Amino acid sequence: MFQNGFSPRRVVVTGMGIACPLGLGVEHVWKRMLAGESGIGSIQSFDVSALPAKIAGQVPAGAKADGRLDLGEWIPIKDQKKMDRFIQLALVAAEEAVEDSGWKPEDNEARCRTGVMIGSGIGGLETIDESARVAAAGKARRISPFFIPSALINLASGQVSIKYGFKGPNHAVVTACATGVHALGDAARLISLGDADVMVAGGAEAAVCELGVAGFCAARALSTGFNDTPAKASRPWDEGRDGFVMGEGAGVVVLEEYEHAKARGAKIYAEVIGYGMSGDAYHITAPAEGHEGAFRAMKAALASANLAPADIQYVNAHGTSTPLGDDLELEAVERLFGDDARGVAMSSTKSAIGHLLGAAGAVEGIFSILAIRDNVAPPTLNLEKPSRESVIDRVALEAQSRKIEVALSNSFGFGGTNASILFRAAP
Amino acid sequence: MSDTADKVKKIVVEHLGVEEAKVTPEASFIDDLGADSLDTVELVMAFEEAFGVEIPDDAAEKITTVKDAIDYIEKQKGE
Repeated sequence: MFQNGFSPRRVVVTGMGIACPLGLGVEHVWKRMLAGESGIGSIQSFDVSALPAKIAGQVPAGAKADGRLDLGEWIPIKDQKKMDRFIQLALVAAEEAVEDSGWKPEDNEARCRTGVMIGSGIGGLETIDESARVAAAGKARRISPFFIPSALINLASGQVSIKYGFKGPNHAVVTACATGVHALGDAARLISLGDADVMVAGGAEAAVCELGVAGFCAARALSTGFNDTPAKASRPWDEGRDGFVMGEGAGVVVLEEYEHAKARGAKIYAEVIGYGMSGDAYHITAPAEGHEGAFRAMKAALASANLAPADIQYVNAHGTSTPLGDDLELEAVERLFGDDARGVAMSSTKSAIGHLLGAAGAVEGIFSILAIRDNVAPPTLNLEKPSRESVIDRVALEAQSRKIEVALSNSFGFGGTNASILFRAAP
Repeated sequence: MSDTADKVKKIVVEHLGVEEAKVTPEASFIDDLGADSLDTVELVMAFEEAFGVEIPDDAAEKITTVKDAIDYIEKQKGE
């Protein structure tokens, strides 16, 4: 990765973990996704009667054995109150990823070479909301001593590092909906540049609370026309789309220097071969014209990998199901691929799980890696009638078997921040 | 055991997630029951709430064992 003549260290993925609206566990979630199942449902966890959006993708409650979340199986009760749900979800996904990688160093030197970079778009919003209510009731002295460490975004990385004794770089990305890709890309660079040999990287989000939904409703960003048919609400590129569906969850991967992984005989899922970033410098929430920022991020990712568009077989789109963003991204991808657009498949897995905000890029990075591993493009659910025709196959409704060697994953965030990451099949 | 002692014990078990048998009068929150400094702040807040007493910071600092807590609360309530 990053053949810049400065550091040739290659970075591979050796562990993965997911908690998302389709459940817990990479294989369980992937199987459901390929089967075309949806994780979107009615919000039951709080009163939505005053809100125009009444649906979301929430991590299903239940036993671990059924691919569902029972926090008691993961985090001691006395520790649960010390962390917001986004941190709890990060710990769940990190545990799967770390176990999967088999990397549990006992000696201090190896631990010091292992870092953590798990970000979040918003952080402990529900905890902030609850604490603010205590203060507003005149009980500021009754605010929990765990309020601040529960709400801080970098405490996901902090908690994971404390649990495993990972003493290397401890960092956290905060770039709204681009957080997940930035975390994976930046963590890969830390390894590539020699700051660490192993990084536990990803994103976590749990903003499906009254304040979070109300805020995105106010920004007119959410789907409101499918409250009675939740599974139909997230419909990237479809003419009936009317906004995104909020989702919660976490995606965590173990990134590792290639020789380090080889030396310990680790299972290697894929290689991180490119990463590109850009800023729109245009508007706080709307993408720039022609999504030119997205175009430049993708181009930068290709340049860092020294690849041409024709080398890519699958794109996991940002594709949030908003009227404006979807077609602009499609346009930018068409422009990037030019005559090679016919050969590429592009889908939006947000159609099944909604928009996981700061966790989206990490979870979708994992889907991209699985697409390579299994040579299959996951489907774009609900894409019944595209609002705009394209030569790019958007994998409507059903998964497709395809030879996939290289995959690109896009994430764009409020504030005009764009990131693209490239994975290739295991070397 | 007094009502206060029972109630204190219950709060400690609940907040620190420890076995009831470990919560002896002499047990230190930090040394014996695995609490850290933030846990003890939360414990004191829970005592205040449960017993309707005010425990100022300088007094809270001196409450390091289960017995310290029971004694302080009984004294406050007796006054």
